[in-house]
Amino acid sequence: MKTVILTLTNPPELMLEGQNITPDNVAGKKAAEIAALDVWEGKQKSALGTYFAVAGDGGATAAETKIILRGDCTRVKRIGQQMTAGEIVIEGNADMYIGGWMKGGKIHVKGNVDSFCGIGMEGGELVIDGNAGHHLGASPRGEWRGMQGGLIRVAGSVGNDTATFINGGTIVIGGDADIHVSTHGEGGTVIIKGNAKGRVGGQMVKGNIYVYGTIENPLPGFQMVGEVEQEVDGETATFTHYIGDLGERHPTAKGKTVYANLYTRN
Amino acid sequence: MSELIIKNGFVVDPLQGIKGDRMDIGVKDGKIVETGTLSNPKTIDAAGMTVMAGGVDVHSHVVGPKVNVGRLFRPEDKLFKSPLKSPTCSRMEMGFSVPSTFKTGYDYARMGYVFVNEAAMPPLHSPHVHEEIRDTPIIDNAAMPVFGNNWFTLEYLKNNEIENNAAYTAWLLRATRGFGIKVVNPGGSEAWGWGLNCVNIHDPVPYFDITPAEIVKGLIETNEHLGLPHSVHLHCNNLGNPGNYVDTLESLKLAEGYAPKNDFGRKQVMHITHLQFHSYGGDSWGNFESKAKDVMDYVNAHDNLTVDMGQVTLDETTTMTADGPFEHHLCSLNHLKWANVDVELETAAGVVPYIYSPKVKVCTIQWAVGLELALFSKDLMRTFITTDHPNAGPFTRYPRVITWLMSRAARDATMKTFKWLDKTIDATSIDGIDRELTLYEIAQMTRAGPAQALGISNTYGGLAPGMDADIAVYALNPENMPSDPAMIEKAFSRCAWLVKDGVVTVRDGEVVAEPAKRTVWVDVKVPENAQVQRDIYEHFLRHYSVKLDNYSLFEEHLHNPRVIEVDATE
Amino acid sequence: MPKKVENVGCPYCGVCCDDLVVTVSDDGKQIIEVENACAIGNQIFHHATGGERVKLPRLRQPDGTYKDISYDEAVDYAAKVLYNAKKPLIYGFGSTNCEGMAAAAKVAEKAGAVLDNCASICHGSSFLAIFDNGYPSCTLGETKNRADVVLYWGANPAHAHPRHMSRYSIFPRGFFTGKGQKSRKIIVIDPRHTDTAQVADIYLQVRQGHDYELFDAFRAVVRGHEIPEEVAGIKREQILEVANIMKKARFGTIFYGMGLCHSDGRNHNVDIAISLTRDLNDYTKWTIMAMRGHYNITGPGAVWSWQYGFPYCLDLTKKDIAHMNPGETSSVDLAMRDEVDAFINIGTDAGAHFPIEAVKHLRKHPWITIDPNICMASEISDLHIPVGIVGVEVPGIVYRMDNVPIQYRKVIDPPEGVISDEELFERIHKRLCELEAEGAAKAEIKAAPAGVRAEE
Repeated sequence: MKTVILTLTNPPELMLEGQNITPDNVAGKKAAEIAALDVWEGKQKSALGTYFAVAGDGGATAAETKIILRGDCTRVKRIGQQMTAGEIVIEGNADMYIGGWMKGGKIHVKGNVDSFCGIGMEGGELVIDGNAGHHLGASPRGEWRGMQGGLIRVAGSVGNDTATFINGGTIVIGGDADIHVSTHGEGGTVIIKGNAKGRVGGQMVKGNIYVYGTIENPLPGFQMVGEVEQEVDGETATFTHYIGDLGERHPTAKGKTVYANLYTRN
Repeated sequence: MSELIIKNGFVVDPLQGIKGDRMDIGVKDGKIVETGTLSNPKTIDAAGMTVMAGGVDVHSHVVGPKVNVGRLFRPEDKLFKSPLKSPTCSRMEMGFSVPSTFKTGYDYARMGYVFVNEAAMPPLHSPHVHEEIRDTPIIDNAAMPVFGNNWFTLEYLKNNEIENNAAYTAWLLRATRGFGIKVVNPGGSEAWGWGLNCVNIHDPVPYFDITPAEIVKGLIETNEHLGLPHSVHLHCNNLGNPGNYVDTLESLKLAEGYAPKNDFGRKQVMHITHLQFHSYGGDSWGNFESKAKDVMDYVNAHDNLTVDMGQVTLDETTTMTADGPFEHHLCSLNHLKWANVDVELETAAGVVPYIYSPKVKVCTIQWAVGLELALFSKDLMRTFITTDHPNAGPFTRYPRVITWLMSRAARDATMKTFKWLDKTIDATSIDGIDRELTLYEIAQMTRAGPAQALGISNTYGGLAPGMDADIAVYALNPENMPSDPAMIEKAFSRCAWLVKDGVVTVRDGEVVAEPAKRTVWVDVKVPENAQVQRDIYEHFLRHYSVKLDNYSLFEEHLHNPRVIEVDATE
Repeated sequence: MPKKVENVGCPYCGVCCDDLVVTVSDDGKQIIEVENACAIGNQIFHHATGGERVKLPRLRQPDGTYKDISYDEAVDYAAKVLYNAKKPLIYGFGSTNCEGMAAAAKVAEKAGAVLDNCASICHGSSFLAIFDNGYPSCTLGETKNRADVVLYWGANPAHAHPRHMSRYSIFPRGFFTGKGQKSRKIIVIDPRHTDTAQVADIYLQVRQGHDYELFDAFRAVVRGHEIPEEVAGIKREQILEVANIMKKARFGTIFYGMGLCHSDGRNHNVDIAISLTRDLNDYTKWTIMAMRGHYNITGPGAVWSWQYGFPYCLDLTKKDIAHMNPGETSSVDLAMRDEVDAFINIGTDAGAHFPIEAVKHLRKHPWITIDPNICMASEISDLHIPVGIVGVEVPGIVYRMDNVPIQYRKVIDPPEGVISDEELFERIHKRLCELEAEGAAKAEIKAAPAGVRAEE
């Protein structure tokens, strides 16, 4: 694996759109070619090298390429968008759409990220040591096929609208979640190790949600059905099991109605 | 003024019976002329290529409120699916299944089309339709107001008042600057006002005491009474359901005994649209099967009918129709987002995304049904290519539909991708059909035939001197057709040249000019009719939510009109 | 002789009354009387000729005052601001016609701007819900002719849409509703006991911010499930009663307003209202409609959808493809995140409507206001360009809250020399094309826009 280090030396005045910062786009390129990749600040298209110092060449393929971003990338969007393989490490914060429409590989953000990260994700791993904003692992506007697969792990807390229309994959949140988790969900798993504010699993058809803490405003469409012991994220615990959203349509499989499951830890 | 000569192409013009002769076509001041009259023309070298009239689309949903709902509520139809703006075009092009107005105009032009008939205009929304027409570049547009669930129509026809209905029809065509009589799920969309439907042609419309069969017959009589350029244009009852071919045959039979009466060269009294959706056997999705043969046997035997295909293209698309109850039915099957607009006193509309997947048996049977209709047809001057855009697929797939029709190998290659190939073959006849259509037959289905059925074949659809100089040149040599079907698709996707109104508009598949487009509408003179005037006044006073004087399109909102005048005062 | 103009459309709210009769003085310069309009609509007409109007563009001077300049100079200034900015924002369009919106889009596309309308701070959440769940709706005449149950949720038309109830929903007698109000059941759901609630047969005082839970309860009940004894402050019996009325209606309409769009969850409140409407259509006929605010705020959503496929928050900065994602490309978010460097406020008052922090960010950069009147935005601008008042001085197409296009008339001429929004944007477009051609010829480095900046 070869490593490319991008250091933000000349921060943008507005916001920078860095959808080209992926192992896929960097693979097979020398440092100078990487510095020539397009980035956008509004309508102004510039070379990546205008903002970043580039050190190191890309690997032969995306899978053999690692990108390390240094400097304050708080105002850089779309890093790792649509990446299929390889690795990105962001040593501080980053802005929106980190790992958006990601298909494979790994992104590790050591700071916080803004909204729409992991949006439309199909595979791979997105790890955030800090907090994430809104719409983490959600579907893009109007798209009913939300997160399909992959793993998102946020150590801190998240904003609202997590995992909207989730279809598959797993999201693990170490802290708290604001309102709307897995709204319209039809698969996948969301684990909230802190508290949830409310509207957990609204309009949900299928899928699983675990809440370790409290739910401030539970929905009337979820009904308690019993207690279960389960292994979740490597530890076993007892949970109270609810099914719902009873207001929503539900498919049948083998003659039985399939509901979404909500588990709260006892 | 400007002169052009298109030299040495293989000319295919079914309206004149020209079958690929090597000829020159002259153009002067926007019209086709005898080449001898040209003094100093610019030359387009069409040697080794096929020359046809500009394409004419008989049925496509391109402008108006439900099309725009389809655009608005599907941002995902744009995301990663829109092309970058062409440097030679003036505007961006967004969307796949429901393209923006600009993309619509450019893409039709790239395919060599010059005239598109908007298939359903809710009359109350006509100013919206005309605003979108203004923003659809290059192609000429007409729009058909819907009549089949209109309260005036239902009331007049219930009492068999054809003259009154004709007077109202003439008034509405003028008020909306409309083109002809569109009928969608007659009676059913009114029933949808109560969440109901008319499931067959004898199912009475709630509160109106009339059946769909009576509506259709009354409208045929109205149409021929007025002598409109186009015939009644019917979307039958019970669209999309297993076993509906029975209802379709009954609907077709309603035209028996009627003969066309018009001065526009039209030969049919009824056009049945997107016939594919209406030619199904079986009584469930389990034993769903093609009845294209039965339906086409009837159509072949009755020359007062024309039809278009509504070919399924196996894409993710957006369904939209004035058949409100059908769209509700569809969203209860696929559970996707559903928009609905019931329009007071007039019609309804629904919009639902849909995925025609090669992995789904019903979808692949639907694909076969559409192609069978064309391949069983004995008269391609009466059988037209459409995808009921965007219902069965976007119009940008016409080149692929043409390729399937022209090449058994292309059909076989597509069928190889079907998950349920054996079941599809069992439920259809497609595998037993070797027929491959010719360029002449394709020209019949895409310009000559539709132009004749629309009653505009004196202006569009052919290459005779005096007609509009709308000429498409395709990089296909009829004497040496490519063995790879993909090359046919490519040639029809991006024409080598399109001349529109005498202006070179597309060159090598790229739009290079955006000549002014027209709005084509039909103005019918009828005798004064005090009763109808009073009925109109009353309904607007009591039941409409807008004032009568604000309903009719203001002249300033009609863009570059071309009016077709009809005198029905005799 | 004073002249009466009939069938005039009202440039106030989304009800788009088109039955106004306006009496104009002999010389065509004064509006004397306005019949049929509500008090607010009435005022808009009288305001046009009642006082002093700004008749020339005004450019900010170093001493903070405004100086009159010509339209040519204003067009040049605006074009240069747009041309030189990296990410200009053009926002507003609550109060203009569709022709103006189409022309503005042409400018935004040429300039590489973000194009947004007032829905961004209003019914934008309705669009988000429509993207996700659809919109089973109807025209207002359908409600008038058929509805036997009408539900206002988080909407107060008695104040915000004064003639809505009398023209379309509660009071009118329609084809199948000959008894008017007597044949209808009116339900109002709102945390406040509004003046609209006064005319309701049933009023549910939902706990503020918990509409989503109440919708969820209705949905569960409609499907025959048990619900808790109380949800969002409403007793189970009442929920069951209202659910039963809804299921048994012949035709119902849910009209909803800012109560759903601007409380917690925003788009999700609308989204689940749409889900409930869908559910009810399995039993009978139900429709839903957003109570859009301004008379033509539905317009930009229509125009830009057919031009680009997106109703608002259009990022056109790439010039070859449009991008939309409210939360990122929405005006207030862009302003708060310091993501734009020039601002055109057109046919609205961002100065009054935006959060003060957003205004402060925007004021760091050039700010141009296009509006017939003096408003907060015009007073903090670098340039104010006056235009004619649509619906009074400029005709055009507007879209009513139910997406029905209404053709508006012109009653009087604008003040001498004052042009329309459409003409202004066409002229800015022409100037932009010239600048682009010059820039391409010289390949010059973009300079800061000419003109003097206002003090903050």
